[in-house]
Amino acid sequence: MVQTHAYNYRDNTSLYLVSGALVFFLSLALLIARYAADQAMEVQSWTFIGLAMAFLLGTIFWASNNADRNPFDEAEYEDTIVKWGVIASVFWGLAGLLVGLIIALQLTFPNIFYFPELGWTNFGRLRPLHTSAVIFAFGGNVLIATSFYVVQRTCRTRLAGGMWPWFVFWGYQIFIVLAATGYLVGVTQSKEYAEPEWYVDWWLTLVWVGYLLVFLGTLWKRKEPHIYVANWFYLSFIVTIAMLHIVNNLSVPVSLTGSKSVQVFAGVQDAMTQWWYGHNAVGFFLTTGFLAIMYYFIPKRVNRPVYSYRLSIVHFWSLIFIYIWAGPHHLHYTALPQWAQTLGMAFSIMLWMPSWGGMINGVMTLSGAWDKLRTDPVVRMMVVSLAFYGMATFEGPLMSVRAVNALSHYTEWGIGHVHSGALGWVGYISFGALYCLAPWLWKRKDLYSNNLVEWHFWISTVGILFYMISMWFAGITEGLMWRAYNEFGFLEYSFVETVEAKHISYMIRALGGGLYFIGAVIMAYNLCRTALGHGEARDEVSATPQNDIHSTLQPAE
Amino acid sequence: MYEVLSSFAQTGGLIYFVVMFGCALAYALWPSNKSKFDDAAQLPLSDKGPHHD
Amino acid sequence: MGLMNNHGVLERHSLLLTVGILVVVSIGGIIQMAPLMYMDNTIEKVDGMRPYTPLELLGRDIYVREGCYVCHSQMVRPLRDEVERYGHYSLAAESMYDHPFQWGSKRTGPDLARVGGKYSVTWQVDHLKDPRALVPESVMPPYAFLAEKPLRTKDISARLRTERLVGVPYTDGMIENAEAHLLAQADPEGRGFEFVDDLVSAYAEAAGREGSFELRDFDGDPERVTEMDALVAYLQMTGTLVDFSTYEADDLENRR
Repeated sequence: MVQTHAYNYRDNTSLYLVSGALVFFLSLALLIARYAADQAMEVQSWTFIGLAMAFLLGTIFWASNNADRNPFDEAEYEDTIVKWGVIASVFWGLAGLLVGLIIALQLTFPNIFYFPELGWTNFGRLRPLHTSAVIFAFGGNVLIATSFYVVQRTCRTRLAGGMWPWFVFWGYQIFIVLAATGYLVGVTQSKEYAEPEWYVDWWLTLVWVGYLLVFLGTLWKRKEPHIYVANWFYLSFIVTIAMLHIVNNLSVPVSLTGSKSVQVFAGVQDAMTQWWYGHNAVGFFLTTGFLAIMYYFIPKRVNRPVYSYRLSIVHFWSLIFIYIWAGPHHLHYTALPQWAQTLGMAFSIMLWMPSWGGMINGVMTLSGAWDKLRTDPVVRMMVVSLAFYGMATFEGPLMSVRAVNALSHYTEWGIGHVHSGALGWVGYISFGALYCLAPWLWKRKDLYSNNLVEWHFWISTVGILFYMISMWFAGITEGLMWRAYNEFGFLEYSFVETVEAKHISYMIRALGGGLYFIGAVIMAYNLCRTALGHGEARDEVSATPQNDIHSTLQPAE
Repeated sequence: MYEVLSSFAQTGGLIYFVVMFGCALAYALWPSNKSKFDDAAQLPLSDKGPHHD
Repeated sequence: MGLMNNHGVLERHSLLLTVGILVVVSIGGIIQMAPLMYMDNTIEKVDGMRPYTPLELLGRDIYVREGCYVCHSQMVRPLRDEVERYGHYSLAAESMYDHPFQWGSKRTGPDLARVGGKYSVTWQVDHLKDPRALVPESVMPPYAFLAEKPLRTKDISARLRTERLVGVPYTDGMIENAEAHLLAQADPEGRGFEFVDDLVSAYAEAAGREGSFELRDFDGDPERVTEMDALVAYLQMTGTLVDFSTYEADDLENRR
């Protein structure tokens, strides 16, 4: 093996820069903690200090332990960070699902699950915790981990930036903890899926710019002439989320050492901005990001190229174009001008087509290998995720029609719709990717147990069905009850009668959520045992990338 | 100003979409791009390690 | 190295892709949202809208902090059943001072856009403390702890000043006397007595009429100004500023 010292030259610049940045932000946090204008800010500053300190010390310890080798060796993929990403995804996934189960139980049995003395456990504070944990902590970590994995493989080069990807990863975990503990102590700006306050927004912006640069930097040094389409989807997710995040969080802090800020926009403008953000958080976080997973992991797992690469290009451009207009369907019949509502509705209906185009492209990738649906439960999970995607993206346009929306909006139907997409599509495609990644990363022949994947799949699927059907039923019931008139021309039901009518549905929903959570626990167990090399995962795979370094020649050479 | 902009949003938006969609379609179906796309579609299937020079 | 020569092209491609994505996603948003930024001209001028009093503003902050928006909308749609259940449909102008807006997206509980004055102050306080004592089927969390927590009023002037920075027409007097105004509303017969006239005249001028808010102890504990005082003061005012007995829609958008 020829190794010139050029390979082993260790460039410590990024290490020093990241440490320097951490020291800078630590000092800033210490200042804020010292002069904190309110108690919440003090708690948040110390939380940050603790976490950033741990990151800094960990970095120093790690760097000094690795003095004799180059941890940024260009001859190897950066897979350690992807391993950490898998662990973080599983951890936050379990946490987010558990909080979801708790708040479902609160609505079902308020006398048992509310504690008058513990105001911070109330539904209003835990629901943002649940949504942020599953979307940003679980989903975000899955996206960061898979994007780092995929961009390296499809560009055939190591992740760019040396230490900076680690800054992105740990910086993102710090963002999650700040946001989550913030909700519990009452720090929120009340914009759905963008609840964290101004300083957390700034921190996330910084981390996100780092993410974009690491991703672009890897594309820049790619050794393949083409940029694989999955990377297009990842890139659009990163770029667009940056734009949405910055615009929707424009606010003026009351004090630079206080947690409270005031939004720049008000009323109608703020509503439009929020749902432009909110809908496209679904579009670009929960859709394009996970479509990128589909475009890499399904072809890879079934070992055949995507059904139609051309379709994937049309899919990409039409999807990102149309999505951005669809936000106002969240504001039907409100004080938003009607032309904007109509525009949002028109584009929402159009959105059906690229969504199904993408779904068909993913499913048809299996043509000629349909038997894998039966033999490989991981493939089945990913294909079923596409079925749920297809269902949710049919239901969405339907609900965006004004007349349907008049009934469905504000009801549990919306909750059911979101969860068929979240549990079915985002959850299953993520689980599929995690089941693929664990043996690949820890170099195991197979998963610890494919039987357990079967259990996970069936338990969760029953859970999702309970969830969706109960929420459809509850939503349509309450929607109809709200507008029901009696024979004298008066409203037939008081509001609380409609709440009471949902009690059984709430019980079934909590059961469904519980089953889904149990499925995720089974997955966590299976992945742990896989990483540890137990059961069917016992044999190590011997192939290492090093073998290929000198045998691979580029066409350009 | 409000009237001008809001009527543009309704008409211009659609024209913009049709043009954009046409461009994407043309790019995807352009015959000389075919081999490029066929190559790209194979990218995930290779198991090669990182290439560096 | 052949690859190195092509490097510029590779970089250009990924930058081109990034720019293309940005163009596609930003132009759509701009075309759609820009007109609304000019909507000031068309939000119909309605009588009665005024900035929140300091007590109401802090009450609204508690509404935000506790995540009330998660289960309660503040947007009555122009549908027959909603207008009959909740009152006149909401106008754009009614949330013009809401940074951020509180329209909500879910009604696990009823809409609160016009809850002001619908129930007595005592009912609101009792209900917040223990919702199921008054409405057995309710699934609302209990908020008794609000009545135990003294309201934090320390930087209330800075708070109002920030609101003014983003366009809420607080006057210098309102900002300077914010803390006194707050006391005057929550404890008009005691500690806030001497500021009552100032509070009433400042906000009456802004609203164009008197009597747009109540001056009283809200939570049943006149000794202290608690978070419960502030929240109930806010709730009792929501949706009451515009006088709909004299309102007639001028603007087409509002004839819904």
